[in-house]
Amino acid sequence: MNILIDIISSTVLFAVPLMLVALGGMFTERSGVINIALEGIMIIGALTSCLFMSYLDGIGYGPEHPLFSMLLAILLAALAGGIFSLLLAFAAVNLKADQVIGGTALNILAPSLAIVITWAIQGQGETTVLIPTWARITRETLGLSEGGGFLSDLIYKNLYLTTPIAFLVLIISIILLYKTRFGLRLRSCGEHPQAADSVGINVYKMRYAGVTISGVLAGVGGLAFTMAAGSGFQATVAGYGFLALAVMIFGNWKPVNILGASLFFALFKIIGSYSSTLPFLPDFSNVNSSEYIYLMLPYVVTMIVLVLTSKRSAAPKAEGIPYDKGKR
Amino acid sequence: MNRLQNLFAKRGVTSIFSSLSSIVIGLFIGLLLLFGFNAPYAIGGFFKILNTGLSGAYNFSKVLYQAAPLIFTGLSVGFAFKTGLFNIGASGQYTMGAFFALAAAIQFQMPWYVAVLAAMVGGGIWGLFPGLFKALFNVNEVITSIMFNWIALFLVNLLLANMPMMLANYWGAANPDRTASVATANSNALIPTLGLDKLLHSDYMNISIFLAIGVAVICYIILNRTTFGYELKACGYNRNASVYAGINAKRNIVLSMVIAGALAGIGGAISYLNGPVQYVIKKEILAMGFNGIPVALLAAANPIGIIFSGLFISYIQIGGNALQPEFSSEIINIIIAAIIYLSAVSLLIKELITRIIRKKKNEELAESENGDLPNNSEGVAKQ
Repeated sequence: MNILIDIISSTVLFAVPLMLVALGGMFTERSGVINIALEGIMIIGALTSCLFMSYLDGIGYGPEHPLFSMLLAILLAALAGGIFSLLLAFAAVNLKADQVIGGTALNILAPSLAIVITWAIQGQGETTVLIPTWARITRETLGLSEGGGFLSDLIYKNLYLTTPIAFLVLIISIILLYKTRFGLRLRSCGEHPQAADSVGINVYKMRYAGVTISGVLAGVGGLAFTMAAGSGFQATVAGYGFLALAVMIFGNWKPVNILGASLFFALFKIIGSYSSTLPFLPDFSNVNSSEYIYLMLPYVVTMIVLVLTSKRSAAPKAEGIPYDKGKR
Repeated sequence: MNRLQNLFAKRGVTSIFSSLSSIVIGLFIGLLLLFGFNAPYAIGGFFKILNTGLSGAYNFSKVLYQAAPLIFTGLSVGFAFKTGLFNIGASGQYTMGAFFALAAAIQFQMPWYVAVLAAMVGGGIWGLFPGLFKALFNVNEVITSIMFNWIALFLVNLLLANMPMMLANYWGAANPDRTASVATANSNALIPTLGLDKLLHSDYMNISIFLAIGVAVICYIILNRTTFGYELKACGYNRNASVYAGINAKRNIVLSMVIAGALAGIGGAISYLNGPVQYVIKKEILAMGFNGIPVALLAAANPIGIIFSGLFISYIQIGGNALQPEFSSEIINIIIAAIIYLSAVSLLIKELITRIIRKKKNEELAESENGDLPNNSEGVAKQ
């Protein structure tokens, strides 16, 4: 039973950042901008919020008001991610630069900036920002008594404020994308910006909105990843920004499918680390370091799915193409 | 003045000018950062970035050693770029190239040229997949090659963990987390030095930089002097138009990615078929492949330009290593990121320059011919 709790709770824990960032990717691509900088934006979000938490921890405010402090940290991560993503939006929308190149620049910039800044704040070579223990929500935090069955154990095993917020974000995303005027306009800018412009939609504004939403979500996703990884912020998110792109494609640019895809990817990651202790899995006993097989599998499966579904792909038609009003 | 304007009207010259201005602005941002973080050391640090690479034979040889694979991955990205493809997968191709080269050298005890050929095959295979997927299924090559970067990393780690002869501990060293030193396992597989190592007193020095320059020239000739290269570029400018003109765009996309992969593969071979270097098993994507992107972009994907931009990036990276301990050497990557960001928007700068020059020229034409040619298109077409 304990191992089941471990697996489910860690799967959810790692699915949260993947889903948040993939939803962000969905918004920007639906507006017509490819955001390859998700990885970099995650790092910036994690950097600011972790530094902020360690500051709150230092002045003693954090341990006293853990939930409110976490909320502030999440908001700060969102703000930092949103601001950083404006660099991409400016290059991609205003300057009509190649979106992939702009994104690559941000991906190179973010980890270096994180190292330089932590180095400047914490001293030479001290590039790890530790996450205070109060960041995790326990029964104590909520003032509940100990004990309480399987479900309660499952919930409180690895609970961070980012988890409930992520599910809130999922619901809001579905409503925003499919049930509001904004969502319809956003999607039209990714499919046929010229047509959208002809009926009076401001394509530039919509694309700015798409990129900024992705920045906000990726920023929070960066914080969620750092808490899931558990060993503090180390100027990296271990390729989860790129993995989130795969999740987004695997989820066919649709929110609910993205939820499924992120759980699938997270499950494979967790199974890889538990493969030796789970009897029903092939343990590849004659292979050394078989964890790499499990680490590789999600990417291989994504590739196969991409090829098989390429005819029915829901990829926005105008993604990656800078919109130029004067162009026909 | 007129001659200067004519000079700027040429495409190549504006490219060089906009690259140089990106570099200057990037370095200036670096200087500001140095001031921001540790002002008393800022000027000294800046000069370290600028002159460490030339401050002695050892550092100079390291610049050359590091430049060679950078030029190869830069050529890889640049070659695909000319066909309208963004090869962000140079990292995976580089990793596969390194693995194939090391396997040929250590497991099969082959000489260095066979190992380099094996690396071309390995990298080429890793370029083949994104190319095929793009050509046959129209799957975006950026996404495919990102996936293949990770697949390459984990696959190579898995294979190395299961090939005991490849690892250092088989050859008497202590660590099982890295490949054997090629110098101990099979010294025939080391890239020849031709005495350059003695000349510059450095184990790193060998002929790889000359290989890189040679291959860059070959790439230039293929792209600019052959029908094949013309077809590749035609696909890059407008795929539909090239299909209409009878060019087999699908074949060209696949070939371009295979060549790009092979180029990155050679890069992997030459960085690891070197005396003091060993492949360490890690869960992080190798940065060298990604650094090919700035190298290619800075040179506007021109193979000859890539030689210089590869040398430049390597040069400031070596300079950056000398920044420590006063500064983190990561400042160099911020400078590089700024340079790429600027070169992403350099199209705008380029357009601006040509527009200003055209405007001036039109005005002058109009003046000199007494308004006979008021802003007409002929004056523009002549340029």
